[in-house]
Amino acid sequence: MIEVKGLTKYYGELAAIHDLDFSIERGEVIGFLGLNGAGKTTALKILGCVLLPTAGDVKVDGIDIARDPHEVRRRIGYLPDTPPLYNDMTVGRYLKFAAELRGVPSSEADKAVADAEEKTATREVHEQPIFSLSHGYRQRVGVAQALVHRPKLLILDEPTSGLDPVQIVEMRATIRALRGEHTVLLSSHILSEISQTCDRLLVIQRGEIVAQGSEQDLATKLGGGGTIEVEVAAPSARAIEVARTVTGIGECSVLHETGGVAVLSLIGPPELRPKVVRALVQNGIDVLRIDRGAARLESIFLKLTQDKGNGRSQ
Amino acid sequence: MSAVLLIARRELGGYFRTMTGYIIAAIMLLADGIGFQLFGLGAGEMYSADVVSQFFWVLFGINAIGSIFISMRLIAEERTAGTLPLIVSSPIHDWELVVGKYLSALAFLAIVTLVTLYMPAMILVNGKVSFGHLAAGYLGVMLAGSAAIAIGTFGSALARSQVLAAIFTAIMLLVLVLAHLFARITDRPLKDMFMALALYARHFPPFQAGAIHLRDVVYYVALTYVALFAAVRVMEARRWK
Repeated sequence: MIEVKGLTKYYGELAAIHDLDFSIERGEVIGFLGLNGAGKTTALKILGCVLLPTAGDVKVDGIDIARDPHEVRRRIGYLPDTPPLYNDMTVGRYLKFAAELRGVPSSEADKAVADAEEKTATREVHEQPIFSLSHGYRQRVGVAQALVHRPKLLILDEPTSGLDPVQIVEMRATIRALRGEHTVLLSSHILSEISQTCDRLLVIQRGEIVAQGSEQDLATKLGGGGTIEVEVAAPSARAIEVARTVTGIGECSVLHETGGVAVLSLIGPPELRPKVVRALVQNGIDVLRIDRGAARLESIFLKLTQDKGNGRSQ
Repeated sequence: MSAVLLIARRELGGYFRTMTGYIIAAIMLLADGIGFQLFGLGAGEMYSADVVSQFFWVLFGINAIGSIFISMRLIAEERTAGTLPLIVSSPIHDWELVVGKYLSALAFLAIVTLVTLYMPAMILVNGKVSFGHLAAGYLGVMLAGSAAIAIGTFGSALARSQVLAAIFTAIMLLVLVLAHLFARITDRPLKDMFMALALYARHFPPFQAGAIHLRDVVYYVALTYVALFAAVRVMEARRWK
């Protein structure tokens, strides 16, 4: 659906993004993850045909955005970081305007608006003026305008920005419901949102992609083979002593220990879990739980961005 | 519906959905009325044709100033409100955006101008008015208004805020209105160039007197075209920034 090669954008002397390469398959939900100023918004603006790149090739659905931006725009729906809403219009009129602007014939616009309102749960504010909407509804109407013309690709820049926890959950559900019918590319610096909504992550730092893959892929790559989390009914020191005897298990640490129950984190590939259980049980230690102890997304993200930052001259 | 009409319709509706449009219209009509009374009806005994001529002089001035405030919101407001991405990510050309915006402002100016018809009608009470004179005068007022609105569209495309847009437009219009003064202090060929560019002194008086010269029509149409062309170029250039 999207092919990006060597994408570069300079603002004057400053490279906002540099030599980006990635591709996205049809129907995927992809998360663009990065700190503020990492280059996410610039990359999305280029994909949304709002900005032209300084260099590089970008193809959406096989069409080059520099050569035929008009055709690309027919295939995309774009929600910028601030929803582009006209406060003086009602939601229904605004969405109809957006639909017609994106080429939906007038005769089909009402149906398109109803579908978009259905998908984003904004039907009840159809007649309401936009200025009177809550922040949550404004974001949802922003998503509705992006999908009202049924685009193949949806580009959502920070769709959960400024939402309260309940609204974030609702927005996640809205985005998940779009999976399959649309290819979705969304950005965020809210890590938990990315991990729960997306099939794959592209981590961007200082205008470059520093890692890509699922949360588990990233955790495995960064953990040098991953980690194992094990809960035992025994003193932590004894359990660590036994766990270290398993070949392939490296550093062990205690996550917490109360009332004779300890939770340990073992550095080693998750495939070693059966061996760890056997070793512990054979040494008389009861295993209450064992799991992939994937590094949490926050720590993955920090590690990626810090490594990259430390590796560059300031 | 074409993208131009779609944008023009939304924008024109915007003038009437908020108080801004009503306030601008009310102030312009009040100023027109006061100007008409001061320089026309109440300025002593005059031939009816001279009163009409004075009326169009007032209307020209108020419309030129009003155009600054009518057009300042066109693109600058989209930029400050963050709504521009909706339009520039849609499958429409930059010229369609610019022309749609320009047409909406021109339509608003035309509506306000139409309301002034009661003023020349008042001359009929005690005098005679040539309808040809009125038609020529209103054509001139709208042609000059079109040029002013187009310049305002350009100013609005350049600016980051409505205030800056109004300042840019006011400067451009002032330079064009005062061009004939520059002509007085310069030699040829600059003198001829400044005189030809004069927004009022060279091109409006014939309309005011009820005469339509092709040269003047072409001047206002060309000025409109050049300003809109520049606005389109500004919009295109912003995609590279």
